[in-house]
Amino acid sequence: MTELAIETSGLRKEYGTKIAVQDLTLTVHRSEVFGFLGPNGAGKTTSMKMLLGLVRPTAGQARVLGEPLGNVPARAGVGFLPEHFRFQDWLTGREFLRFHGRLFGVPAKTLTRRIEDLLGQVDLLDAGDRKLREYSKGMLQRIGLAQALINTPRLVFLDEPTSGLDPLGRLLVRDLIVRLRTEGTTVFLNSHLLSEVEVTCDRVAFVKRGSVVRQMSLAEQTGGMEVILRLGASDARLLQGLARFGRDVHSTPDGTAVGVSLQVEGEEKLPEIARWLVGQGTDIYSLSMGKKSLEALFLEVMGEDERPG
Amino acid sequence: MNGILTIAHLTFHEAKGRRVVLAALILGAAFLLIFAIGFHQIYQDGVANNHLSIMPRVEQRVGLGFVAMAGLYAVNFLVVMMAVLTPIDTLSGDIRSGTIQTLVTKPIHRETILLGKWLAFWIILAVYLVMMAGGVLLIVYAVSGIQLPDAPTGIAFMLLEGTVLLTLSILGGTRLSTLANGVTVLGLYALAFIGGWMEQIGSLLGNGTAQNFGIITSLLVPTEAMWQLAAYHMQPPLMRDVAITPFSITSVPSTGMVVWAVLYVVVMLLIALRQFRTRDL
Repeated sequence: MTELAIETSGLRKEYGTKIAVQDLTLTVHRSEVFGFLGPNGAGKTTSMKMLLGLVRPTAGQARVLGEPLGNVPARAGVGFLPEHFRFQDWLTGREFLRFHGRLFGVPAKTLTRRIEDLLGQVDLLDAGDRKLREYSKGMLQRIGLAQALINTPRLVFLDEPTSGLDPLGRLLVRDLIVRLRTEGTTVFLNSHLLSEVEVTCDRVAFVKRGSVVRQMSLAEQTGGMEVILRLGASDARLLQGLARFGRDVHSTPDGTAVGVSLQVEGEEKLPEIARWLVGQGTDIYSLSMGKKSLEALFLEVMGEDERPG
Repeated sequence: MNGILTIAHLTFHEAKGRRVVLAALILGAAFLLIFAIGFHQIYQDGVANNHLSIMPRVEQRVGLGFVAMAGLYAVNFLVVMMAVLTPIDTLSGDIRSGTIQTLVTKPIHRETILLGKWLAFWIILAVYLVMMAGGVLLIVYAVSGIQLPDAPTGIAFMLLEGTVLLTLSILGGTRLSTLANGVTVLGLYALAFIGGWMEQIGSLLGNGTAQNFGIITSLLVPTEAMWQLAAYHMQPPLMRDVAITPFSITSVPSTGMVVWAVLYVVVMLLIALRQFRTRDL
């Protein structure tokens, strides 16, 4: 069995002359929470729909849980919470979960236990016998989440799972995602609530205009630090020297001085850098260190030309 | 098969939840009640007249047979409406609301979903037809003792007519919006209806062109032809000789037309399966 939950290469979708997804190339490892980020209209939902077999790609290949797209038996291991949905609202919460469990082929006995367990997890035990049409928006979102987990999936797709939820509901979903990860479930999370992604996701991919522009590990990112320097002068030799302490060394003119930034692994690098610079005879105007927020990173990756979608 | 039954079960639930079945039952019962009262009145009048020896017994029976056929004709219209309207929203509505996305991502084939829905609506239609047509026949028998010649065959042809429309309605739902689908399927039914009449009139007047026009529309949409066959099998023998009415058939569709109608259902269902399998949702 392959170690990858999702593997795509050059997945593309055109609607007539409009290109919805240009090039979706990404890998999602098993048991990780993967954040799929990008502005509205970047092709996130279409990408997810291709991976789920709802939309046929125009070109490209993909494997989900090791099987090619559209493999029906493989879907037994996949759960899905769509973004815009209206469930069968004439059913009660329990009937709704039972029906979806039956479609997954979950045996009746297991199903009864699973339904009660999930209703507890999404805090709807007391509302289980009420019709869905009487549910609030947040309750629908939570029962939808339970539906996505009814088959104890190995991979679950969540399209904006916290939209329509109040802060308590969001916290509940966040805890649930964390629990899924500890149970070894792979979560593919489509969201633009970056603060949430930041605390739940292991890795993220940034999508811009239908293409994946960057994939990165968030643990790496949040563990790492950014050093920002203002120096009297800098040259190629100095920048090369700094590259020994970290990566992504950039320099930009800053008034009479030069601004230099680089990514380092931890705080302990800071005095080392200072000592080395002094040794080189460079003037240091300022030296600071900070953690880059996902939001800052998002804006950086999207670039200044990106406008609200 | 298990998947088809699960989907069919949900579809029943849906029809019940949306009060479609309830509305059909209440209106159906109202129709049968009115028919029973009307038929009883006509029969009583006939008996009274007969007592005065104004109306010969044979003519009276023809008259009652005529009323019975009128009742079945009305049932035919109700069945047509049920066949077209009950499944009209089942695919297009689920596609529009996004409900379909949670169904087709389950480990079942899209074909299973479509067949499950088709089966559920077909069963609802069949039960409704048997109840309504059976109700009319029972009322006629209970009041007057008249038995129409071959009711089971007639009901079978009415069911085939309904099945054609039901399948067209499901097929339309795979690509069209609910409204466009309703307009299209009812339009096709109207086309067949006019064609059927032209065929009857053409055959009565010996006008070959009108008759051929009717046959062509019946090939396009074999619904009215099925009603004509149903009427032919159920009408009292004497009525066949009476002047043209919607339910006294002069030109009887051939066995070939029956085979065509069955084939038509199969082909339309296959096209619907293909359309639904290949579309983006």
